[in-house]
Amino acid sequence: MKRFVSIWFPYLKTDWFSVRQPLLRELPFVVVVPDHGRKLISAANEQAVKRSINTGMVAADAKAIYPLLQVIDDEPGLSERLLKRMAEWSIRFSPCVAVDGDDGLIIDATGCSHLWGGDKFYIEDIIARFHKHGYTVRVAIADTIGAAWAVARFNKDQSIIEPGQHFVALLSLPGAALRLDDETTDRLNKLGLRQVKDFINMPKAALRRRFLNHGDTKAQRNTKSSKPPLGGLGVRINQALGLEEEMIQPVIPVEPYQERLPCLEPIATATGIEIALQRLLESLCKRLKQEGKGIRGALFKCYRIDGKIEKISIGTIRASHHVDHLFRLFALKIGAIEPALGIELFILHATKVEDHSPLQEKIWNSEAGLHDERIAELLDRLSCKIGIDAIHRYLPDEHYWPERSVKNVLSLDETTITEWKVNRPRPLQLLERPEYIEVTAPIPDYPPMNFRYKGKLHTIKKADGPERIEQEWWIEEGQHRDYYYVEDQEGCRYWLFRLGHYDESYQWFVHGFFV
Amino acid sequence: MPALKADIITQLKKDILALQGFRPLLHKHSRIELGTINHSFPDSQFPLGVNHEFICNNNESLTASSGFIAGILSTLLKKGGAALWISSSYTIFPPALVSFGINPAQFIFIRLRNRNQILWTIEEALKCEGLTAVVGEPSFIDLAISRRLQLATEQSGVTGFLLRTKQQTLNTTACTCRWQIHPLQSETEDGLPEVGFPRLKVELLKVRSGRPGKWEIEWNNGSFNEVITKHSSAIDEHKEAV
Repeated sequence: MKRFVSIWFPYLKTDWFSVRQPLLRELPFVVVVPDHGRKLISAANEQAVKRSINTGMVAADAKAIYPLLQVIDDEPGLSERLLKRMAEWSIRFSPCVAVDGDDGLIIDATGCSHLWGGDKFYIEDIIARFHKHGYTVRVAIADTIGAAWAVARFNKDQSIIEPGQHFVALLSLPGAALRLDDETTDRLNKLGLRQVKDFINMPKAALRRRFLNHGDTKAQRNTKSSKPPLGGLGVRINQALGLEEEMIQPVIPVEPYQERLPCLEPIATATGIEIALQRLLESLCKRLKQEGKGIRGALFKCYRIDGKIEKISIGTIRASHHVDHLFRLFALKIGAIEPALGIELFILHATKVEDHSPLQEKIWNSEAGLHDERIAELLDRLSCKIGIDAIHRYLPDEHYWPERSVKNVLSLDETTITEWKVNRPRPLQLLERPEYIEVTAPIPDYPPMNFRYKGKLHTIKKADGPERIEQEWWIEEGQHRDYYYVEDQEGCRYWLFRLGHYDESYQWFVHGFFV
Repeated sequence: MPALKADIITQLKKDILALQGFRPLLHKHSRIELGTINHSFPDSQFPLGVNHEFICNNNESLTASSGFIAGILSTLLKKGGAALWISSSYTIFPPALVSFGINPAQFIFIRLRNRNQILWTIEEALKCEGLTAVVGEPSFIDLAISRRLQLATEQSGVTGFLLRTKQQTLNTTACTCRWQIHPLQSETEDGLPEVGFPRLKVELLKVRSGRPGKWEIEWNNGSFNEVITKHSSAIDEHKEAV
């Protein structure tokens, strides 16, 4: 015989906000979503509900009822995310947990509650644990999903329906307790069938005639979809009574990408650590390969017998499940592990896993460019040793200011539609920061005659310019630069600029060297 | 009969080159056109898959050497491929590479301070077969280091360009070519006061199985062209007279 627990979160979203901001717990507040230029309340907390502010109202109306009401913007997809996490967390109560709508969970508790010493303790434990995390829950356990759902939401006094008693428990509940849609519920109310007991014993044929459009007949007619529509009255009655099987979709938690290797004897040598690492990598990469994934980041933990944990971690530029490559990355850091008296347990944990896109193999692999696996592997090794900050790849950026005209990109695959600007001369070597020079210039806005840089006098023979580049005021305030491309008596070519106008205070700088 | 003799002589020359340790270019390498400079190399081909050294005494000659390397890389990278530029004291401004016909996105730039790290990075990069070329600035190198780098290059076929910026003396190293490059005054057609095409004085100080030489070249229309100046033609005349 089956047993199901239905958990209902009456204040799911507001509880979540209260957990993050404990001050809110005492205040009435609502969560709103924008809807046609107004703010519609999508959730209200207990304090607000007490002041008759309910979901579906407009925030302005609610403020008229209670002016001190706090209004918080909703986060899209919040309840789905929360429920999924809670379902995964609830696997502690039963291996089979499913998300139920947007405000509840269903637990298949068949054969579980005796481990807690009975239904009562089981339910109490669930309530207490959720309460500890700051969530208000209403829980019911019954033989069918439908009955548990109905009791959790519509019967405050009872939470345990003894086996075989679910029919009796349902009788005094309203029609909506059978998970019917609004239209069906309205029609039932119109007909005066306010409680389940008013219609549950009616002949099926009579109900079918009245609820033709909402009932199971429609579902039977529509043979394409195997699932009955939610509003099907007949189906819902049968499900609540256990006459019809109801399926739930249990959540499957993601198994962490982790491998363990316990050792009989403590290991204290580098060779031993290498063998352990090799074995762990092989088994982890085998699994990753089957799933078409690759490691972007991995952590190797060594548990020492004196209780300390030694850790080394690696990162890769592209997802990889290549054992040799990953081993070489770790090998650069194995020296940092201090085994002391010995290591008794090794754990390899893939902290970041991404889809691995295998490249098509070519006979001539010379033109792969940056997409070559070997380059990605080289860069992984380099970044492990010298740090990722030292490695740069540049793409053009939409700026004229020389320092901002290139942007540093991390990924090897990134491209841009911006083109390199080549209409003006640019020096091959750019000084990181312009260096101050002394200049003699004959007349304003004319290239200088000579300049003194690092104590050496350069007489200018040829010059191009000026090219004026303005500071981008929306990024940084400052004076413009007038650039000159000059050549001295020895043929060395420089990029000089004057900062500011001639009549004001100005300075000359050298900014780069041309070929 | 003379034609037959010439054939035999060229064949013998090739055999001698092979005995001297010269390796013909691999399939993946493309020919680099440097005009008359090419005659100095064994088999008249710019040696690829080996190490080239550049003696740079100051910032200006460093930039000139970088420009010369960029000109060579433009042919190498035309068909795709990637290159690594490892530097310590200076920064390459990527937009300038575009004027040498290179897409700067094909480059990965690495900036390091520690000399040991630079040497390690250059060696690792030279071992990586996926790369086309590696430009590195090891500041100074001795025979042992140059041998290590040369071995790495020979195995992978990557071309290495090593910029020796802090070299006090010219010591013996295992490089295939040693260059020294200086900027020269550019010339415009009508003697206008503007700056003309970049002009360089290229000195090939050492080349294995080849002949060293001196040239004046100019970068224009996407390639290096030799400049015939009065000065150099005078030298030629003098040579002929001798």
